Amino acid sequence: MPAWVRSGLLLSVALPLVACTGSQSALDPQGLQSEQIRHTFMMFLAVSGIVWACVTVVLGIGLLPRKRISDEPLELRRPFETRAGRMILGLGAATALIVLVLSFVSYAGQRTLFAKDPNALTLRIVGHQWWWEVHYAADSPHNSFATANEIRIPVGKPVKVELESADVIHSFWVPSLTGKMDLITGQTNEIQFTAKNPGIYRGQCAEFCGLQHAHMAFAAIALRPEEFERWREHENQGATSPTDTLAKQGEQLFRGRGCALCHTIRGTLAGGQLGPDLTHVGSRTTLAAGTLPQTPAALGAWIADPQHIKPGNLMPQMPLQSGELIAIIRYLEQLE
Amino acid sequence: MAAEQREIRDDALDGSQLAARLESIWRTPSGLIGTLMSVDHKIIGRRYIVTAFAFLFLGGMLAILMRIQLAGAEQRLLSPDLYNQVFTMHGSTMMFLFAVPVMEAFAVYLVPLMVGTRNIAFPRLNAFSYWMFLFGGCFLWISFAFNVGPDVGWFAYTPLSSLQFTPSKRADVWAQMITFTEVAALAVAVEIIVTVFKQRAPGMTLDRIPLFVWAMLVTAFLIMFAMPSIMIASTSLILDRLVSTRFYDPSSGGNVLLWQHLFWFFGHPEVYIIFIPATGMASMILATFARRPVIGYPVIVLSLIATGFLSFGLWVHHMFVTGLPQLGAGLFTASSMLIAVPSGLQIFCWIATLWDGRPVYRTPLLFVLGFIVIFVIGGLSGVMVASVPIDTQVHDTYFVVAHFHYVLIGGAVFPLIGAVYYWFPKICGRMLSERLGHWNFWLAFCGFNIAFFPMHILGLMGMPRRVYTYTPEMGWDRLNLLSSVGAAIFALSFAVLLANAIYSLRKGTLAHDNPWGASTLEWATASPPPPQNFDRIPAVTHRDPLWADSNTLPVIAGLSAERREVLLTSLAEAEPQIREASPEPSIWPLLTAIATTIFFIGSIFTPWAVMWGTPPMAITLIGWFWPTGSKEDEE
Repeated sequence: MPAWVRSGLLLSVALPLVACTGSQSALDPQGLQSEQIRHTFMMFLAVSGIVWACVTVVLGIGLLPRKRISDEPLELRRPFETRAGRMILGLGAATALIVLVLSFVSYAGQRTLFAKDPNALTLRIVGHQWWWEVHYAADSPHNSFATANEIRIPVGKPVKVELESADVIHSFWVPSLTGKMDLITGQTNEIQFTAKNPGIYRGQCAEFCGLQHAHMAFAAIALRPEEFERWREHENQGATSPTDTLAKQGEQLFRGRGCALCHTIRGTLAGGQLGPDLTHVGSRTTLAAGTLPQTPAALGAWIADPQHIKPGNLMPQMPLQSGELIAIIRYLEQLE
Repeated sequence: MAAEQREIRDDALDGSQLAARLESIWRTPSGLIGTLMSVDHKIIGRRYIVTAFAFLFLGGMLAILMRIQLAGAEQRLLSPDLYNQVFTMHGSTMMFLFAVPVMEAFAVYLVPLMVGTRNIAFPRLNAFSYWMFLFGGCFLWISFAFNVGPDVGWFAYTPLSSLQFTPSKRADVWAQMITFTEVAALAVAVEIIVTVFKQRAPGMTLDRIPLFVWAMLVTAFLIMFAMPSIMIASTSLILDRLVSTRFYDPSSGGNVLLWQHLFWFFGHPEVYIIFIPATGMASMILATFARRPVIGYPVIVLSLIATGFLSFGLWVHHMFVTGLPQLGAGLFTASSMLIAVPSGLQIFCWIATLWDGRPVYRTPLLFVLGFIVIFVIGGLSGVMVASVPIDTQVHDTYFVVAHFHYVLIGGAVFPLIGAVYYWFPKICGRMLSERLGHWNFWLAFCGFNIAFFPMHILGLMGMPRRVYTYTPEMGWDRLNLLSSVGAAIFALSFAVLLANAIYSLRKGTLAHDNPWGASTLEWATASPPPPQNFDRIPAVTHRDPLWADSNTLPVIAGLSAERREVLLTSLAEAEPQIREASPEPSIWPLLTAIATTIFFIGSIFTPWAVMWGTPPMAITLIGWFWPTGSKEDEE
């Protein structure tokens, strides 16, 4: 397909949305895989567009007013019938040919898309109703840690994500980087992708997983390799002890008011397993699986009444005085 | 012997005497009980059609609620809990209570007329089927009204639908509603197959069967082979939930993907169960309004059969992102795209027909033309989603929502509305208003495209399906608003249809037997047809009998004028074989349906219902089949 056709087609789809292409879009690929999928898609779109236009034009010509030899419905013109019959079968054969070619195009795309790199950086993600548990594991035990609702990856390096589910089926999807793959109860799936450009890309659960399916997003942050290494080094450390008194009070409350029963903060006594790991929660970009931006105000709103913001999630509303709430917010936001 | 000699046959009577006699034999008794006893395929077909459209109305209302909720970011009209029920109810209602039943309903009404017989095969089963459909649909909607409406999607994926994650009765209601509609659909499938195979008018050889009847025959076989799969799936889900079997529990050796395989092995043919009848309707309408037979009759018939076969070989394309082996997935890409070939052939035949014909632009034809334009888009986006790499991006996004609404509304509802305009005069005896019909079409065509085209783009912009809300930063709000406006226009088109139907029922022009100058046998009798359908059974000498014998249709004689009788003919050549008694009206199908309903609903609460629910069913079935001492069938 000539380049101008391709760009023209792309424009015709993308033009109405230039202003609104967000960070979660298959139309704005930022990874090797998403780019390749868009390429396949554009080829299909071109073929489909041509086929549709042909069908509509031919149909339209057939609708033009014209004379017919006879009013008798059964008085048929033999030569026309034969020609039409041949034409129909010819077009049927052409359809079969197009389908065959597209199948091979698709399979070629599929092969590239699912190509595996044995040296890929490995992550493990466990889906929960309605958040993402993330483990950086693999190469060495002392370099493995857990986090949640956010993955950071190095630009230009293949990343392999192993996908599991703790409850129902979810689907891991960062359209800017690659297509989706389900997290299925009782099995481990795998997806590989490579980010091309640094940036924050939004991902979202794509398989209906219950009440708060709409609020199960995450951020995929592509960093330059050296930044990534720095981040991983830091993330691997436990939490630093708070320095200011307010945060210290917050740490006490975090343990005393039940937060620690569900949440882990590495390097402290908080070791709950039910909810997301909060060791470096202060450095994440969003809260409650992409539901809120990470700001002190949003953190306060979330802790004060999680059921209002994301009804049905597992986090209970804890009875806290406003002073106590402020202390906990301070404690959490300094966990960077 | 003596008694038999005296039996009056239809050749012994003149026209008006015969008509009066047959009418008194075949009519449904009056009064409430009489109404409930009806086994007339036309009365049951009419009830089926009206009920299915009532469910369309309800399902459509839910669609409007969802479009209001999604018209802007962070709308709070529906709570997440209610939204999940609403989209589940919308999908389940549209698929199980509207689309499949409405196609069967038209078949129940039209197939016996089109093949020239007096009633459908197994008329009491037909009555039973309708009651099961009605009770199942009401059960679902009453549950919804009591806040026990299913909320796990029309596909009810395990383990979300398992007891652990849906402890309420909501998933049971869904699964048992499936059982009701399965029973109803299987019954109709059997009736259609037997009617088409054994009750065709003499001379209606296989190559003279009207295309709608062919389409329904293929559909009936699809139902017979697809429904058992969902029956196994939903029954084992109920067993998992009710008596702790472990079909779908991975921790005990079960498998959650088993559900998806079983569901889609049914779910994909289901699409063709809806689409194939619609293509049959389109073929009939096209022939009439192009004023010539459809070109390529054998091509169309073979395409229908090929579509039927192929539809069982592509369920895996619903599962491309579940981590399947790559080569296998690639093969399903090819098999899915292959269905474009028979579908394409049909479209080429229709277009060629229009090229040679002299189209008369009445409302039914407009809807068929709209169908072709829209359906081709849906088919092509189907080719896209059949590709594994593309599907990994668009799967479970609004792109897919757009795709299947193009296929199902464009491919099935448009021809269906065309069919309503086309057969309304036959069913109700009055024409629908053409003026309102044109309004109806253009509102539907524009509204539909405004509502659903933007969804393709929304899907590519990353909007997943089944989300009750989204944030303004996503940038999805403008296209969603546009889509909601389109939905409102589309809904308006149905209001016009309703208004047209109500108005025309009272004030419409009276329709004579064959108002469109059509060619098939249903137009050879009065509008609406008398209880016996035909005073004398037509003898068919041509694929388009009313065009070939425009003045006098040949008929055959010899059927009883004293009791209900139909003529059985041979399968391929439709040679007369035997006169067969056709059942009298009966209240037992209704009573059996009530007993079955109690059994089905009881068994979602306690396994003991299987024990105490069976005897009443057995009693009603004994009543149903109680021998009445009717005469043996005769040569």
